[in-house]
Amino acid sequence: MAKQLYFEDLEVGSELPPLEKNPTTQQLVRYAGASGDFYQIHYDKDFALGNGLPGVILHGALKNAFLGQLMTDFAGEQGTLRKLSVQYRGMDQPGAKVTARGKVKKKYVEGGEHFVECDIWLENAKGEMTTPGSAVVMLPSRSAR
Amino acid sequence: MAKYVTDEIKKLIGKETEPRTFDVERGHIRRFAEAIGDSNPIFNDEAKARQTQFGGMVAPPTFGRAFGIEFFNIPLQMPTARGLDGGSDWEYFEPIRPGDRMSVISKLADIRESEGRLGTMVFTTVETRYVNQFGRVCVIQRSTGIRY
Repeated sequence: MAKQLYFEDLEVGSELPPLEKNPTTQQLVRYAGASGDFYQIHYDKDFALGNGLPGVILHGALKNAFLGQLMTDFAGEQGTLRKLSVQYRGMDQPGAKVTARGKVKKKYVEGGEHFVECDIWLENAKGEMTTPGSAVVMLPSRSAR
Repeated sequence: MAKYVTDEIKKLIGKETEPRTFDVERGHIRRFAEAIGDSNPIFNDEAKARQTQFGGMVAPPTFGRAFGIEFFNIPLQMPTARGLDGGSDWEYFEPIRPGDRMSVISKLADIRESEGRLGTMVFTTVETRYVNQFGRVCVIQRSTGIRY
């Protein structure tokens, strides 16, 4: 794991360390098994084509999980994830790289706790944003003991 | 005028499911973490997770999906049964841990329709609470489903 970030280390506009993923159809099958979401558009190409899709597509919830990992990696061992929102605007297919990214939008202190709100998103290999969202993490502070 | 979301259908807003009960298994958390490709020790390795603030393994942020999604069987008179997942908003209060017995309760929070790229689309918002055996709300998920 990367070194712990503290509230004071970040500024509005700071970029989060990006997270690259290379999902395969095998990963979609594993995710179907682990999550119990067996909707055929995620592993049956004929079914997906019959539904007017370009082929099998990633589970939205898998993309949500990638953005969850972006945030728990960012929060580190001493931080905690408090909110995570995602909207599926574009489809992503296996065999193509996706990158989870984020940027600090706001920093605030509430009830003595230190919070960082981020804009987050998943972008495809063409650099298009397919899955925008936002998240809030609670981080340790260098001033708090 | 609403084409599909009639007054009759709107009456379903606020409807809640009976709690569904799930026992959280350590192996399931690990398999879920492997499936999403997240090797963070807090989701995979009990010995290492014990050294952290969590004091042991916990479930990844979206693990609630493994308890299924409630669709409420809304009797919409639409030409196809096509559906899409629109997104989710999660709020976290306490970790979900191996050995927890979770009660999962879903509420139909909203149904609305609008014209979009795919024609008339019906959006449903389902709010799901994940409550542990101590009666503590660990997670709330608000998920948006799209019918078109």
